Amino acid sequence: MSARLRSTISKAAFPVAALVLLFAAWQLICTVGNIPKYMLPSPADVFAAFKADWRLMLSHAKVTLLETFIGLFFGILIGFLMAVVMDRFSVIRKMIYPLVVISQTIPTVAIAPLLVIWMGYQMLPKIVLIILVVFFPITISLLEGFSSVDADTVNLMRSMGASRMQIFRYVKLPNSLGQFFSSLKISVSYAVVSAVVSEWIGGTEGLGCYMTRVRKSFSSDKMFAVIILISVLSLILIWLTTVLQHACMPWEKVNSEQKR
Amino acid sequence: MATLEVRDLTFAYNNTRNILENINLTVNDGELVCLLGVSGGGKTTLFNIIAGLLKPQQGRVLIDGEDITGQTGRVSYMLQKDMLLPYRTVEDNIALPLLIKGMNKKEARKIVRGNTERFGIAGREKKYPAQLSGGMRQRAALLRTYLFSADVALLDEPFSALDTITKSAMHRWYLDVMENIKMSTVFITHDVDEAILLSDRILLLGGRPATLTDEIVIDEPKPRSSDFVLTDRFLQYKRRIISKIQAPEA
Repeated sequence: MSARLRSTISKAAFPVAALVLLFAAWQLICTVGNIPKYMLPSPADVFAAFKADWRLMLSHAKVTLLETFIGLFFGILIGFLMAVVMDRFSVIRKMIYPLVVISQTIPTVAIAPLLVIWMGYQMLPKIVLIILVVFFPITISLLEGFSSVDADTVNLMRSMGASRMQIFRYVKLPNSLGQFFSSLKISVSYAVVSAVVSEWIGGTEGLGCYMTRVRKSFSSDKMFAVIILISVLSLILIWLTTVLQHACMPWEKVNSEQKR
Repeated sequence: MATLEVRDLTFAYNNTRNILENINLTVNDGELVCLLGVSGGGKTTLFNIIAGLLKPQQGRVLIDGEDITGQTGRVSYMLQKDMLLPYRTVEDNIALPLLIKGMNKKEARKIVRGNTERFGIAGREKKYPAQLSGGMRQRAALLRTYLFSADVALLDEPFSALDTITKSAMHRWYLDVMENIKMSTVFITHDVDEAILLSDRILLLGGRPATLTDEIVIDEPKPRSSDFVLTDRFLQYKRRIISKIQAPEA
C-alpha cells in the first residue's frame, strides 16, 4: 500500500466512523422509540424511499443542476467583470462597493417570490437568484486578490515596460486565483441551495419542487432522501471545484510541499 | 553596448525637501559602477528615476545620448528580492520580459533555454521558484534582467539577502558570467568588500540631500579572482573608501 493511499484512508477513517455512529444511533432511536415515520423516518426508511423514487429525483436533479450551472456561469462572469472594473476605476469602486455589500444583506428567501412575480415560473427567476448569490463572494475575493499584489513586483513589471493589461494578465490574475477558488467553493454550495429555494416558490420541475410536493404529502422519508441528495450534489460540486483548482494551479502543490 | 549618463539630476517627492541633488554620473560601455552609501540615502530613488518609474524635477537620463528620462522599458532592473512569480516556472519567469515585448511563448522559451547553461541554472527550467535555493533564484533573476536589456542594467543590492557563504559563491559566479557579457551596470550596495571586488569604479553617495561625494577607481585587471579580497592592494582600497564614507551620526 502506498504511503499516500494509507494517509488518505487514515484521514477518511474518522469522519466515516462518526457518520456510521450517527446513522446507527438514528436507526436505534427510531426502532426502539417507535417514532412514527412521518415524524422521523429511520435511515432504512430513507434509503427505501430513495430506492423507490430515485429515477424521479434524478430527473428533478437534472433541472436543478442545469439552473445551478447556468447561474454559476453568469454569476462568475458578472462577478469577474465587476471586480475588474472596480479594480481599474477607483471611483466606480467607491460608488458600487457599498451597494454590493448592502445587496447581500437582503435575504434570499425574501427576493425569490418577487423574482417569480417579475419573471414568471420558468427557469429565469431561479437563474437570476443564483447569480445574485454567486457574484458577491467572487467579486470580493477577486478584488482582494487584485489589490493584494506586491507593489515591488508591479514596479518591476512597469520598469520592463509592461502595459496595464500585461500586469493584469501576468501578475494580478494569477495572484488572485487562490482566493478566487476559495470563494468559488462557497459560491457553488450557495448556488445549489439557492436553486432549491427558488424552486420552492414556484415552478414545476427541480428538486425544490419535488421537496414541496413530498412535504405536502407528509412523506418525510422522501423529504430526508432528497435533502441528503442535495447535500451529496453540493459535495460533488465542491470536490469538482477542488479538482479544477489543482488543474489550474499546478504550482500550489509544489509550493506547499516545499514549505514542509 | 551602451553608455549611460545622468546629468544634473535633482529629485524631491511632492516638492518637499530634495532627496537627490545635482547627480552627475556616467557609466561607460561594459563598465560596472558601484553606488556605495548608507541605507535610506536615496540610492533606490536614483534607480527608480533611471528606470523611468519616477520623474525628476530637474535633469536628464541619457543612453548613448538619447534622452530616456521618465521612460520605462529601456533599462533593466533587478532588486534584492528576486521577485520571481511563484506561479510561473523558472523559465517562464525568465521569459517574462520577452513576453512583455510581444514575443510568443515558444520563441521566448527557446531564448531562455539557450542562456540557462551560461547562467548556471540549466536543468532547473521547469521548476518553480520555491524549489530553488536563494542563490539559484538570484541567478534566474539576473538572467531575466539580462534578457530584458542586455546593454544597461541596474542592480539594487542583488546579493544582500543571501548568507555570507552563498554571497561569496555568488560573487565568484557573477565575475565568471560577466566575463563574457559586457553589460553597462550600476550596482547598489552598502557592502564595501563587494563594491571593491566587483566594480571598475565606486561612487560614494552621501549627505542629505544626497550627492555624489567621491569617486574611487578600482584599477585592477578583470577577471578578478575571489582571492583578490585577501591582498594588500584590496585593503588599501578599503582603507581609502572607509576614510571617505561619511558615516551618519549613529
